[in-house]
Amino acid sequence: MQSIRLRNNESEEPVKTFLLMSISLSAVSPLVFSVVAPGSHPLDYSGPAWSPYLVGGLIGVLSMFTFYFSDKPLGASTGYARMAGMLGKVVAPKHTDSLKYYQENKPAVDWELMLVLGAVMGAFLAAWQGNELTGEWLPAMWAARFGESSLPLRLGAALVGGVFMAFGARLAGGCTSGHGISGTMQLSVGSWISVICFFVGGIATALLMFRL
Amino acid sequence: MVITIQAPAETASLPIDKGGPEKDSPAKKEFSAKQLLLGALFGVVFGFLLQKGGVAKYHVLLGVLLLEDFTVVKVMLTAIVVGSIGVFGLHSLGLVKLHIKPTRYAANIIGGLLFGVGFALLGYCPGTGAAALGQGNWDAIAGVLGLMAGSYLFAECSAWLGKTVMKWGDRGKLMLPEFFGMRLSMFLLIFVPVLTIAIVALDRFTAR
Repeated sequence: MQSIRLRNNESEEPVKTFLLMSISLSAVSPLVFSVVAPGSHPLDYSGPAWSPYLVGGLIGVLSMFTFYFSDKPLGASTGYARMAGMLGKVVAPKHTDSLKYYQENKPAVDWELMLVLGAVMGAFLAAWQGNELTGEWLPAMWAARFGESSLPLRLGAALVGGVFMAFGARLAGGCTSGHGISGTMQLSVGSWISVICFFVGGIATALLMFRL
Repeated sequence: MVITIQAPAETASLPIDKGGPEKDSPAKKEFSAKQLLLGALFGVVFGFLLQKGGVAKYHVLLGVLLLEDFTVVKVMLTAIVVGSIGVFGLHSLGLVKLHIKPTRYAANIIGGLLFGVGFALLGYCPGTGAAALGQGNWDAIAGVLGLMAGSYLFAECSAWLGKTVMKWGDRGKLMLPEFFGMRLSMFLLIFVPVLTIAIVALDRFTAR
């Protein structure tokens, strides 16, 4: 009994540390960013090539296809989890196998990981066809806000943002595709709650970053 | 709080087959060569559409979070309306199985908020990040590395989180019709027009 309690406490430590770090980071990071110069408006830059309704409608149709032919809803975030698990299997195979998440979701190339890889390819084809290949490290809107020499800050924010995002997606059970499109269209209550929280957290942080 | 409304799956007015638990079994077909190929094919289409829809662009994604560019909401709402009619239509014909994600109030809310903070910092989400990388936004590489690190970090905590946060307010595969005590068909008769009106209103009152 006591040994079980001890183990529990031990496994709680990294979680507590992470939660504390994330809370303080999320509180501080936008403030740090916002110290730098003027705002920048998203409408100053080019919009979509196709109507959003056409694209949305076709994504709805694509969902019907994935349900019918693959028995899967569209979703992207678990693809990254599988990739991380596969890397984990190379670096620390025993440890990775001991993790509950990877016992339930085996780290291997699956449908969703292929979907993510395919999406990289598809977006390349679309940008190539539409003459929209960017080949840039710093988004123009970021540069207008944080300066032309803010690449380290941008990469740091993207990395930390990715960590938050993936942790949040796994905890919530999906991302903007899995919850935001596939879950909401199937009327899942949890998906609607999650997607609302995606936007609440995102809007608050973005306003702090760009409008403070 | 609305949480007090009790509508467990068993007492729903209309039992809906929501698909089994989403866990891996060795024989699961999503690892078969045919399905991997299909996944890649659907991915190419998905990425193509995301790029054409403009949602692989940093300023379009930040634009929605700054409440100035509603392209993302327009894409999502249209996809939800079309997909909802399509998937429930196919389901009523017995052609597809549903994949309802579980409702866990605490995990949905805490995870959702963390996701949102990450969304603003990164500027792409997991799907649009792949598309952004494809169109040549190299800053998405840092995002991909972060997404992998965050996934592994979650796996590190998954045993503890599974015993705590993910148990709080766990309602299983709860659907909106059950939540409001309505039949699925009745709910869709309201849901689809309401979302359509929202799309029309968005189109009329937003610049982009």
